[in-house]
Amino acid sequence: MPEIKVTPLGAGQDVGRSCILVSIGGKNLMLDCGMHMGYNDDRRFPDFSYITQNGRLTDFLDCVIISHFHLDHCGALPYMSEMVGYDGPIYMTHPTKAICPILLEDFRKITVDKKGETNFFTSQMIKDCMKKVIPLNLHQTVQVDDELEIKAYYAGHVLGAAMVQIKVGSESVVYTGDYNMTPDRHLGAAWIDKCRPDILISESTYATTIRDSKRCRERDFLKKVHESIERGGKVLIPVFAPGRAQELCILLETFWERMNLKAPIYFSTGLTEKANHYYKLFITWTNQKIRKTFVQRNMFEFKHIKAFDRSYADNPGPMVVFATPGMLHAGQSLQIFKKWAGNEKNMVIMPGYCVQGTIGHKILNGQRKLEMEGRTTLDVKLQVEYMSFSAHADAKGIMQLIRMAEPRNMLLVHGEAVKMEFLKGKIEQEFSVDCYMPANGETTTVTTNPSVPVDISLNLLKREMALGGPLPDPKKPRTMHGTLIMKENSLKLVSSEQALKELGLNEHQLRFTCRVQLQDPHSDSDTLHRIYKHLKSVLKGYTIQHLPDGTVMVESIVIKVSSSADDTNTKVLLLSWSYQDEDLGSFLSSLLKKGLPSGLC
Amino acid sequence: MKLYCLSGHPTLPCNVLKFKSTTIMLDCGLDTTSVLNFLPLPLVHSSRLSKLPGWVSKDGTVNLEKELKECSGRVFVDSHPEFCLPERELLDLSTIDVILISNYHCMMALPYITEHTGFTGTVYATEPTLQIGRLLMEELVNFMERVPKAQSATCWKNKEIQRILPGPLKDAVDVWTWKRCYSMQEVNSALSKVQLVGYSQKVELFGAVQVSPLSSGYSLGSSNWIIQSHHEKVSYVSGSSLLTTHPQPMDQSSLKNSDVLILTGLTQMPTANPDGMLGEFCSNLAMTIRAGGNVLVPCYSSGVIYDLLECLYQFIESASLGTTPFYFISPVANSSLEFSQIFAEWLCHNKQTKVYLPEPPFPHAELIQTNKLKHYPSIHGDFSSEFRQPCVVFTGHPSLRFGDVVHFMELWGKSSLNTIIFTEPDFSYLDALAPYQPLAMKCVYCPIDTRLNFHQVSKLLKEIQPLHVVCPEQYTQPPVSQSHRSDLMLELQPPPMPYRRCSVLNLPFRRRYERVYILPELANSLVPSEIKPGISVATVSAVLHSKDNKHTLQSVPKPPPVPPSKKRKRVMEEPPVVLVPKPLLSGAVPLEAFLATLQKHGITEVKVEETADGHILHLQAEDTLIQLEEDGTHIVCDNNEPLRTTLRDLVLRFLQKL
Repeated sequence: MPEIKVTPLGAGQDVGRSCILVSIGGKNLMLDCGMHMGYNDDRRFPDFSYITQNGRLTDFLDCVIISHFHLDHCGALPYMSEMVGYDGPIYMTHPTKAICPILLEDFRKITVDKKGETNFFTSQMIKDCMKKVIPLNLHQTVQVDDELEIKAYYAGHVLGAAMVQIKVGSESVVYTGDYNMTPDRHLGAAWIDKCRPDILISESTYATTIRDSKRCRERDFLKKVHESIERGGKVLIPVFAPGRAQELCILLETFWERMNLKAPIYFSTGLTEKANHYYKLFITWTNQKIRKTFVQRNMFEFKHIKAFDRSYADNPGPMVVFATPGMLHAGQSLQIFKKWAGNEKNMVIMPGYCVQGTIGHKILNGQRKLEMEGRTTLDVKLQVEYMSFSAHADAKGIMQLIRMAEPRNMLLVHGEAVKMEFLKGKIEQEFSVDCYMPANGETTTVTTNPSVPVDISLNLLKREMALGGPLPDPKKPRTMHGTLIMKENSLKLVSSEQALKELGLNEHQLRFTCRVQLQDPHSDSDTLHRIYKHLKSVLKGYTIQHLPDGTVMVESIVIKVSSSADDTNTKVLLLSWSYQDEDLGSFLSSLLKKGLPSGLC
Repeated sequence: MKLYCLSGHPTLPCNVLKFKSTTIMLDCGLDTTSVLNFLPLPLVHSSRLSKLPGWVSKDGTVNLEKELKECSGRVFVDSHPEFCLPERELLDLSTIDVILISNYHCMMALPYITEHTGFTGTVYATEPTLQIGRLLMEELVNFMERVPKAQSATCWKNKEIQRILPGPLKDAVDVWTWKRCYSMQEVNSALSKVQLVGYSQKVELFGAVQVSPLSSGYSLGSSNWIIQSHHEKVSYVSGSSLLTTHPQPMDQSSLKNSDVLILTGLTQMPTANPDGMLGEFCSNLAMTIRAGGNVLVPCYSSGVIYDLLECLYQFIESASLGTTPFYFISPVANSSLEFSQIFAEWLCHNKQTKVYLPEPPFPHAELIQTNKLKHYPSIHGDFSSEFRQPCVVFTGHPSLRFGDVVHFMELWGKSSLNTIIFTEPDFSYLDALAPYQPLAMKCVYCPIDTRLNFHQVSKLLKEIQPLHVVCPEQYTQPPVSQSHRSDLMLELQPPPMPYRRCSVLNLPFRRRYERVYILPELANSLVPSEIKPGISVATVSAVLHSKDNKHTLQSVPKPPPVPPSKKRKRVMEEPPVVLVPKPLLSGAVPLEAFLATLQKHGITEVKVEETADGHILHLQAEDTLIQLEEDGTHIVCDNNEPLRTTLRDLVLRFLQKL
């Protein structure tokens, strides 16, 4: 039985370091190749030695697919391709291909330049890695090789995020990456057709959450920012750039315009600003409304939002600053946080999920004293607010996607084990499909049962369809017969006659002739007629003919009558049939042996 | 499989393919050359045009001075311009399931097809094709609606009258079917039926066929189409280009192994080299500007204009034209320029790389930023106050019959300092200029048509080797004006099947096989046996299920157990229910081996007699005859059923079953 195997190297019952191995139809794929924000050691990257102990990965992987540009999905890519060694194709969408190297470079700079790590990938490695990338377009069917094909679907979440369908023959797997089932201010909702994959591998970040309406959250967010500004406080919004930043910028921009506010709004670093350019050029990946109006007004040209300079952090008066990264684990957002943490007028708004081990995660859990590098502690006095703006599907959304795709099996990744367990129960109950949630390094095996594609000769098919009538009759299923010819890789189903012809074989006729003696005091022709009548009454639904040349035919069985030479009352019946009529012929000969019933005329 | 040809214009095709159970329209091009028979629509009152004399037949019996005007010896219809539509009588358009669009120039007749004909299907197009197609339609509607004309001339269409009109009006075909432009409402309704597709996306139609667009390299989002089932493949090649301009390169390899290739949209200028024309365009432009004249470039609002602007971007500095204003005037100028920058996925590699930086892929963004290029929705408004001369104006429509270009013809036509440079190949420039004669301005004709030429297409066909090629009849003979140029036609073996307007072709196609799926349970129950080395056969008895054009075979359900019958005696009398018929037999029964087998079964007294075709075995003890021949065996056995069945099974041992 064919099998599909799924092994998470990362994101198995965890968030971060997404990296999932899939074996399907003899092909091996790696889905995402991310880093873990919560670790600074080896655990930061997936354990590629699982694939092979020594040597390069090229021989073991047919392709690598990256779902979107967030570092927990692509952060280990240059390490994997350039340091471990992989030269095969890497697939990602155009926006991901554009933005991913910038985030990787940023990640590298923080790690190497600021933290002073050595033995890390270099800028050149990022470039070399990106050269192996083949861009994917939405809905395009990409033939990785003769058998393996992949297709991308829109996933929402961030610019260029994609879900991928992986198909070999009639087996298929869909991997969602991160997705969002409700459109937001700048992106559309994820969509997939009823592709009935054997396994749907879904993220489950918000497996137990059903989020309230977006509008309420937005109002809340604006209210909090506004209040803080009014009392002269500074608001820090750590974001992943690009991504949530754009949505929140659009939100603040329109709010500032409407309320005629004057407090400055800043982007940190050129990065986010650059990101806005990407959004402008990849406007086809945003939502309907933005695409429709972009000629008149490009939503990503902000009037109120300006580039941030490090010195501004010490400026007096209120301000709003968007700074990266989003989990306060390093970089500019952390620097600003340190500066502003001591003042209770200030506020930090965490708009997304924070991985365990990051400062973001700590302060969200109410920790007010933080241990910093160099054994110093930081008192957190500013207000800490959490607003779920990260564009992941919630429980409702995940169920909705399952309904769309109708998978035969479910597999959850990118979530916390406890929450997954809950969702798994719900899925199994509502859809009665098996749901798996393997841990990292654990393999889930699903056996598939694919149908065998065969080429049927049109003659045979049309004959069957004509006989069967336009609608199949469930009570009387018609059986069709044919010969399957298996030659090299081709499977052809033809009628037996055609099979003989195609294979250049002669037909061998096997015939039987039987003499049956019968007592019947009538003339030969009367006896024949009596036989005809008798068979007519016994064999309902058969073609029985009384031919003028003195024979009776039942289907293709020939029956002749002659009188015995010595006794005219003894008739000799001659039955002759071919092997194809064996059952009927055998039946007839024993039937006639019993003689004819009286009362036939 | 049939092909209905609804358009005779080779570059603006409209064909309908009936394939399996589907009816597929391939493109719906609108033949706009008909507008050349009409007077231009001026944006502001033109005394010259209104003073043109009316036409009266020579003998004075027919007076059409209200409808027809004469200008420099040519007669024009003074009415709203009308278009020549695809044929609508050849087949019932409401039966069309889908329309496949290959590029934005080939969809201009869409509203005529999808509206008011009962069409209920889906239109497939790529996103750039839809967006830019919408802009071109919007522009057309705008050009027509902003200068409403009260008069609608119909008398000249009367057959008796048309016959006596001077050419080309006399020879115009199907004039009664010519139609005025559609409305914006019809455009919106037509385009709402479009479903977007990406290159190499596989779209299933009713489970019967699969269609897939391929990059054709001609314009943003332009595509060729593959229409295929599991066993048959039709390629539809429309406007395609192998030149490196802005669009993604043409996907050639996916066209391989086609049974039929429908070839349309070759270059209309087979003798003009696009690069040479581009050079001529630049030098004429520079010459005119230096001499203090203005340059008018009648063009479409999308397509070659992007390449012209890019060429000028590089040329401006070297030709010291840095201060010359370039104007692009069209109701959709801004949209066209903006849209061109957001379709990175559909651009050539170089332009894609720019987006990754991130920079706009086309340099016209910089021309606009530095104020070298300005765009305006029309000559009214801001343009009239900001307009400086000498300048270069890009504007439509290339037919010179409507749009802002009409105004510039009236304005600049009288001065020999000015130049009009034709770059679009769709209209004969002499015909386009006819209603403006006599004209003092210089005319330069540099048609830039990047579509495949005959040399390229024959190389392509050699590469992809379709079994049959179908093409417009124009491609099967050299152009009338160059009848000696046998290199300007398609020479193929077998010769291409030509079509013309209203042709119905039977495509040479024999469908032999169809895909069925054997369900796993049945597949596992099959018993293959090797018949020849590497070839195995298995007899299959199965129930066929057909749904949505998909066929599956599953195991024959076991008959329900016969309820225990009370009339036991009758059971024997029941005729056999044949579930599985006996297989066909093949092979021969070898005499010696067969005799040995008989012996093993205790049949020893066998008298063998040789005949012409084989042997007759006489089983003396049993009084039974077996006739063994090369292609048949005949068992004659009386009254001994057990013996007969034994013999049967012994014979079967030597034969193959199919």
